[in-house]
Amino acid sequence: MYDLLIAPFVEFGFMQRALAGSLLLALGSCPVGVFLMLRRMSLTGDAMAHAILPGAAAGFLLYGLQIVPMTIGGLIAGVIVALGAGAVSRFTVQREDASMAAFYLISLALGVLIVSLRGSSVDLMHVLFGTVLALNDNALTLIALISGTTLLTLAIFWRALVAECLDPLFLRSVSRFGTPVHFVFLGLVVLNLVGGFQALGTLLSVGLMMLPAAAARFWTARVEPMIALAFGFGAVSCIAGLLISYHASLPSGPAIILSAGTIYLASILFGTRGVFNTKLRRHRHRTA
Amino acid sequence: MTEACLTFKDLTLGYNSHPAVHHLNGSVGAGSLTAVVGANGSGKSTLMKGIVGVLKPMAGTCTVAPGKRVAYLPQQSELDRSFPARVVDLVSLGLWPKRGLLGRYTREDRETVREALMAVGLEGFEGRPIDTLSGGQLQRALFARVLVQDADLILLDEPFNAVDAKTIGDLIALIKRWHGENRTVMVVAHDLELVRAHFPSTLLLARRPVAWGETIQTLRPENLLRARHFDEAWHDDAPWCEPVHGHAHAPGHEHAHAHAHDGHHPHEHGEIHDRPDHESGPRAA
Repeated sequence: MYDLLIAPFVEFGFMQRALAGSLLLALGSCPVGVFLMLRRMSLTGDAMAHAILPGAAAGFLLYGLQIVPMTIGGLIAGVIVALGAGAVSRFTVQREDASMAAFYLISLALGVLIVSLRGSSVDLMHVLFGTVLALNDNALTLIALISGTTLLTLAIFWRALVAECLDPLFLRSVSRFGTPVHFVFLGLVVLNLVGGFQALGTLLSVGLMMLPAAAARFWTARVEPMIALAFGFGAVSCIAGLLISYHASLPSGPAIILSAGTIYLASILFGTRGVFNTKLRRHRHRTA
Repeated sequence: MTEACLTFKDLTLGYNSHPAVHHLNGSVGAGSLTAVVGANGSGKSTLMKGIVGVLKPMAGTCTVAPGKRVAYLPQQSELDRSFPARVVDLVSLGLWPKRGLLGRYTREDRETVREALMAVGLEGFEGRPIDTLSGGQLQRALFARVLVQDADLILLDEPFNAVDAKTIGDLIALIKRWHGENRTVMVVAHDLELVRAHFPSTLLLARRPVAWGETIQTLRPENLLRARHFDEAWHDDAPWCEPVHGHAHAPGHEHAHAHAHDGHHPHEHGEIHDRPDHESGPRAA
């Protein structure tokens, strides 16, 4: 048992770093994922993950495989796409799904073009699928900063964010926070995806954001427990994924995401608001 | 004349350069209870949005007296009922004007919310998820939120839609309570009997104001008939409405006139105040 679950993390520094990095990442991105889901923007995370590619690629092109320039580049590209898509949906007739799709496709094409200017498809795979087993100190610090910032920002804007999800028109009638809080939130999405791309890659970092959140929805009808649960699921996925990856010599990113996916599938079936509970209870009802 | 809580100066509101409320002048006295009536498309909801500031005027101004807090219950709420919130969370949103983004909810605040729920007959519903409420219960909860907001100017856009008779009675009682507390209340309503029975003053809209004043005077048959005969359509080739008349009237002077641009699509500009000393509704020129 010890050999199976504990030993890999005790004996190997890279496993400790991978664990610390992915847990920190889950701490920030799982709450963000819950709000993405509740705002019906689950696919926005996916679009944004693609959108940060040209920035990361530009950083890669100029400085090689360095985390800081790639992160900054990704942040810039992500913020431009988020602001652009958000502004188009807020100030024109177009809805956010369409504007987001338009902006991220432009961005993604640009990104692929930039990556192709230098390097091979192996490099592209690296950018896209990450290297959680090769996290250096810089990367760990960065991820810690990002999740700290995320939690702090969520705590500050909590009330506005909930109000903006629950009743946006009401929020607009009592304060001017409506539009700013939306952009702050999109900023957090970008920040967490950029933080995730080093660990899990741009594509799989969305998985750690969305899958635990989607799974948590089947267990509770309140936001706060949902966020705690999402982080719990995220943490379990990280640990399980890393262990599976270690013992079975599988790539760590997909192993983590598939663990989260397993939890999600199990939640659909067995969650307190899942299929079995809601469908099986149907033939019994109370008198009032 | 009581002090004005809300003043319209040549207010034009609309969408895509087409007016939905056209050249509205006048003021709403503090502590008044006004019904806003008119056909569909006559600009009632648009006016409400303009007052709250959700919709910016195309021309003119709409001024809420300084220091007055506004509560707004929209007709088409953007409330997301699938959001995992309880009734108490929804009603607590009404604490925003008092506590803002970061202020902590005190025990007193929680008591306010509880009392509001009791006042609308929803005691014991605190922990209910909002997606389990009936239409009438949700409307009661939204009234509780308005109660918690403790506003000086309360705007209710068709609050009696799809609500049963008992609930309407309860909501009317709340509106009268606000009126008694000297709050200014404007309610968009379609039921003229209800308006005649409970609302001292009425604004009759047909994109332009048809009549505004004492309810009995405003809702006279000839006014209602004129309010019915307005051109609901927008015309892309309608001439631009230019301020050809730079006249200034003495405040309170009741005035309405019509003018025609280019010989077609005549429209009327009305200026009416809700002062009770007016002898009649506006005259159409």
